[in-house]
Amino acid sequence: MVAALIGTRGDRRWVDAARRSTYSLFALLLVCVVAIEYAFLTSDFSLSVVANHSSRETSLFYKFTAMWSSQEGSLLLWAFILSLVASVSLFFTRKKLRDVVPWATAIMLGVGVFFTSLMLFGGGVNPFDTLSPVPENGVGLNPLLLHPMMIIHPPMLYVGYVSLTVPFAFAIGALITRRVDAAWIKSTRGFALVAWTFLTIGVILGARWSYTELGWGGYWAWDPVENASIMPWLITTAYIHSIMVQEKRGMLKVWNVSLIVASFTLALLGTFLVRSGVLQSIHAFGDSTVGPYFLGLIILVLVGSTALIISRLPLLRSQKRIDSMASREAVFLINNLLLVGMCVLVFWGTFFPLISELFTGTESVLAAPWFDRYTTPLAVALVLFTGIGPLLAWRRISWQGIKRVFPIPTAASAIAVVLLLVFTDAADSFWALAVFVLAAFTFVALAQETWRGAAARRSSAGGSIPGSIVAVATRNRRRYGGYIVHLGFVVLLVGVAASSSFETKRDVTLNPGESVKVEDYTLTYEQPTVKRDGQAVVFGAEVSVEKEGRRFATLEPTRRYYQRTSGTKTIAGYFEGEATSEVGLRAGVRKDFWVSIEPDTNEIRQRSQVADERFGAYMRARVLPVVQRDPSQAGALAQQLVAVQGLATDQIISDYVNPKTATAATFRVIVSPMVTWIWIGAIITILGALFALWPARTSRRRKAS
Amino acid sequence: MDPQKKRQIRLFVALGFALVLATGLVYTSFNASSEARQPSELGDAVPGKSYEMTGNVVRGSIVEQGEGIRFEVRDREGSGTIPATYSGVVPDPFRGGREIVLKGTVENGIFVGERDTLVTKCPSKFSEKQNQ
Repeated sequence: MVAALIGTRGDRRWVDAARRSTYSLFALLLVCVVAIEYAFLTSDFSLSVVANHSSRETSLFYKFTAMWSSQEGSLLLWAFILSLVASVSLFFTRKKLRDVVPWATAIMLGVGVFFTSLMLFGGGVNPFDTLSPVPENGVGLNPLLLHPMMIIHPPMLYVGYVSLTVPFAFAIGALITRRVDAAWIKSTRGFALVAWTFLTIGVILGARWSYTELGWGGYWAWDPVENASIMPWLITTAYIHSIMVQEKRGMLKVWNVSLIVASFTLALLGTFLVRSGVLQSIHAFGDSTVGPYFLGLIILVLVGSTALIISRLPLLRSQKRIDSMASREAVFLINNLLLVGMCVLVFWGTFFPLISELFTGTESVLAAPWFDRYTTPLAVALVLFTGIGPLLAWRRISWQGIKRVFPIPTAASAIAVVLLLVFTDAADSFWALAVFVLAAFTFVALAQETWRGAAARRSSAGGSIPGSIVAVATRNRRRYGGYIVHLGFVVLLVGVAASSSFETKRDVTLNPGESVKVEDYTLTYEQPTVKRDGQAVVFGAEVSVEKEGRRFATLEPTRRYYQRTSGTKTIAGYFEGEATSEVGLRAGVRKDFWVSIEPDTNEIRQRSQVADERFGAYMRARVLPVVQRDPSQAGALAQQLVAVQGLATDQIISDYVNPKTATAATFRVIVSPMVTWIWIGAIITILGALFALWPARTSRRRKAS
Repeated sequence: MDPQKKRQIRLFVALGFALVLATGLVYTSFNASSEARQPSELGDAVPGKSYEMTGNVVRGSIVEQGEGIRFEVRDREGSGTIPATYSGVVPDPFRGGREIVLKGTVENGIFVGERDTLVTKCPSKFSEKQNQ
């Protein structure tokens, strides 16, 4: 970093040194990561991070991924990814942007210094802290996190958050050196897109995990930590659109640098929120010592960048104005305002407890309906402009142009209105109807634009229509990648609109053999199930589902009760550890059938306690004296006792499936339309982004020559 | 009208519009929110008024009761407690000692939770040590 700062005076040698020190930071952090991973894989419990987040019983995959389930490990991962993206960005710009790069290097390394010194001096977050004495076995990974999606989700978000550092650093560098043309944007837009892609993946994985694992049946709850991930996503989305305006038309310079500063700040805020315990959240990651440092960094970034932008205002003034509201840049501007407006709303709602406490003295909380009410209209408007944007030309669209591009999509949406009103109940929800209709507009508009592009190519180059589509798309990956992203996003929103507006939810308590009817589905509680699975006892139910009299599915929702991880293992201890739900889900193209179970374990808990007491008494009266007389027998006796306790557990929990003692269980049944389309839309969106990111053939050819 | 003036007017209109929106936001959010309180602060609760209660579930106090559960909630740091009833989905991480957020009303000294509003803080990966 120091070398980079000296390099800003113009000496290239210092700049090269700074770049190489970035590479070596990457190499060093790579060594750290490998060392920690080695400790995890070999179960080296002398490291506290390993002892607290892994155990001998943890499977290999989760041993490998347990690193970032710890605070220390996740900070290390942050720093590591940062050094990686910084190295890559500096490698690509090593012969470009001679003025900006030194400052950008300094800023990226500054952030790197922050994270590495946080680990070293932040107090209790050094990943290499050791334990003495070395424990026999580790605590193990929190069972709630034993889900493949939960394991990929955090690093995806991290890559997203961290990649935002690159455009931010270059933006600040450009401001400092007064090189405020679009050059820095061209060099870093790839990173913005990478950041966006990974944020999308991260958010979607979180939603999917919530839907299948958490037992409440939703995918989004406007929880502060969810909000913390959606806010930088919204701003980055706005940024990706508005930089196009700066590239093509040289406008919105102030706006763009403000957006990138905002998204970087929000990324830091997201990292901060999950660690500070400032807000009430499902993800209460508890108070930790690093919160204040993060807050300090956020304030520094915010104040510094704002001051810098203000001091460079005259430079950033654009020479051009928006010619017409019927132009692509105007639509981009509106879409930006919508996205930023949405972000402001989410921000306000998320921090409302703090805001209200500040002004009224009482802490007040806004619930999910408040968020829904205000974000829905904005999201609907966004769909509209997603459709209109690609139709309009830059600068100004002519009347002839309007007559050429608008009739077909408009007709399509008119047909959609009629079809929806006649054949479905979509009219019950105004906003859902609006989304469906506008989605129809967007689909047809995108298809029409693709068709027009392909037809133009075909008339000049010949060939088939599909061939021409591939040809134009691979020639202009950003544009057609964008189309694919729009398509996927609209599909996703259709899924959200349908599932949130037309979902049926029932909570019922059933005895084995009883049935309940939800919409067209009849669910029958066939029989209870129970088993002991490693460190957990699993209570569940076999349920059969019939649809309109025909067999539809057999599902087995369960609830797993994990043995507590501290103290001696007892039978009642299973009910003092974590519990997780495995829902029964039958996903379909049209509807998802979802069921979770809440078993009644009162009886079993009470019997476990009685058994534990007897067991304890037996231990004290019979076993302990034997061990005191002859300690060499301790090992063999312990083994026997564990076996006996296991048998007792099996005996007690088998009551759950015994027809004489079986009790009623509470089920939550959800029939939700088109949820599958959320995941399909997300996959299309991500593929589109990857398509846009794929290096264009032309540039590769240029490199080769 | 000269373009300079036109731009100024446009700016003021835009700012005014933003101000109206912001006021609306402030107004609706204060209306729609419910007060967050800890058990010890619920003594003077207005009957029928909805509160958002935050606190820790008292260990060993959870009893399944008919369709729902009954438990006691203690201040996060302090000693005030209040009995609470709740029916609806119980989140996976819910258990004694955990921090919860629950919406509901106070009736005869008992906090009656609204259906499906129980939020249990994740036993967090990051606060594992505190929980043990």
